[in-house]
Amino acid sequence: MIGLAALYVLAGIMFAAFAVLSTLDGSHPKRFGNAAFWGLMALSLLGGDLIGDLGNGLLVLALAGLAGFGFIGRSTPATTGLEEREASSQRLGNRLFLPALIIPVTALLGTLAYNYTPLGETGLIEPKRETYVFLGLGVLLAIGAMFAWLRPPALAPLQEGRRLIDAIGWAAVLPQMLASLGVLFAAAGIGDAIGALTRMVIPDGSVFLTVVVFGLGMAIFTMVMGNAFAAFPVMAAAIGVPLLIQQYGGDPAVVGAIGMLAGFCGTLMTPMAANFNLVPAALLELKDQYGVIRAQVATSLPLLAINIGLIYVAAFR
Amino acid sequence: MIDYWPLIGIVLVVAGFAFRLNPMLVVTASAIVTGLIAGMGPVEVISTFGKAFNDNRIIAIVWIVLPVIGLLERYGLQQRAAAVIRSLRMATAGRLLILYLLYRQLTAAIGLHSTAGHPQTVRPLVAPMALAAAEKQHGELTEADVEEVKAQAAATDNVGLFFGEDIFFAIGSIVLIQATLATYGYDLAPLELALWAIPTAIAAFVIHGFRLLMLDRRLGRRLGS
Repeated sequence: MIGLAALYVLAGIMFAAFAVLSTLDGSHPKRFGNAAFWGLMALSLLGGDLIGDLGNGLLVLALAGLAGFGFIGRSTPATTGLEEREASSQRLGNRLFLPALIIPVTALLGTLAYNYTPLGETGLIEPKRETYVFLGLGVLLAIGAMFAWLRPPALAPLQEGRRLIDAIGWAAVLPQMLASLGVLFAAAGIGDAIGALTRMVIPDGSVFLTVVVFGLGMAIFTMVMGNAFAAFPVMAAAIGVPLLIQQYGGDPAVVGAIGMLAGFCGTLMTPMAANFNLVPAALLELKDQYGVIRAQVATSLPLLAINIGLIYVAAFR
Repeated sequence: MIDYWPLIGIVLVVAGFAFRLNPMLVVTASAIVTGLIAGMGPVEVISTFGKAFNDNRIIAIVWIVLPVIGLLERYGLQQRAAAVIRSLRMATAGRLLILYLLYRQLTAAIGLHSTAGHPQTVRPLVAPMALAAAEKQHGELTEADVEEVKAQAAATDNVGLFFGEDIFFAIGSIVLIQATLATYGYDLAPLELALWAIPTAIAAFVIHGFRLLMLDRRLGRRLGS
């Protein structure tokens, strides 16, 4: 069966190649730091299940140390210059979009085929992971198509990939670190503490103010955890179910669905949601690592107010 | 009795981000401190952290698209995307991003949320297209304008994804809401929850779309065209 395990191998081989190419890059001032960093990612993806929990923990500490103390940096593998790219873009024309569409189209058609044709029942593909599997397939098809059409140097995909991953740097690993921090937060009972604190500020008897605290609590706790999924069970247990649904008779579907969306407003405003907010800042080479968050605040706050209003109006109609 | 001491872990993270310390160190320090306060031993803390990292490797898979994106850039995809936009008379940065917002919300609403994203679509296509549209309309952009247009391209992807995906009933957040409320005896159909995501999706489109139109006007004013 093709599933996550195969994708870990694919990604692991790619990171291992990045590590090797970093080591060989004589023009890179921090080549050994980068090689160690991507090498550890390769080890995690290829052998994470073999090195034990403590081994993984030490691996994470090493990644944090390499990133945190400045041992990794950008690289400049040989690629094309701006003028060459402009010329190539004119020469190849809009056909250049075709290989770019292979990944999304493969993921799209594959997912549809998995769900609506007998392909899903063959057991060839791991259930619930089909989009990832087709994403991986799309990557391989796109690389194959580009080799057949444009005949780039053999190492070009890996060198170009290394150029991009080095531009992103540690931000590529941060989302995984934050997800792990969330696990420790949960184990330490941070959810219970936040829930208890929120209950303290609720005024008795006012449905409207309770809705406000619920909505704000979802947004703020999501900002702290970086993820509305972690906030929802806590806020549901503290306010949503006992007060809004049970005491005041609110519609559970509205409280649940729109409460979660109030949390999403928080996701737009926090660096803890690194993969949505910090990674794109690195990927687009913004000067301000909080630039994406800044761009989102003025959408998020009015939307949060609307969500709170919607819960009040729709749940207690 | 509720134990409030683990909240120190949150204080550390907030302070670390506020002072712009390296997030990798901030997160690691907070994880260790939180674990120790919660009564774990040092080895147990590191093991728990490592196990969680290993369990979340799925997050790293998306980077397999980078070799393809880099290869396309090598042959001028960003320039091609910009050229197409320059050939469209009506294109502005704001209108283009509104179109992408709609596309992202609609595809996410039918469960195709992983087919677009910051590495797959924003860096190679959406951001260069938005920049080209802004330049075509207003001439040479200042560095601050370039920053703002790029940041809005990323923001538009996020807004479209977040406020589209919950309309699709078979997504993680809907399953989580349903499972959480089911433990209290409220048995809701996923479809019922997904329907209540629609009003917010419309509001998100209106608010963010309005801001994108304002972006066009602001760029125009600043550049005097």
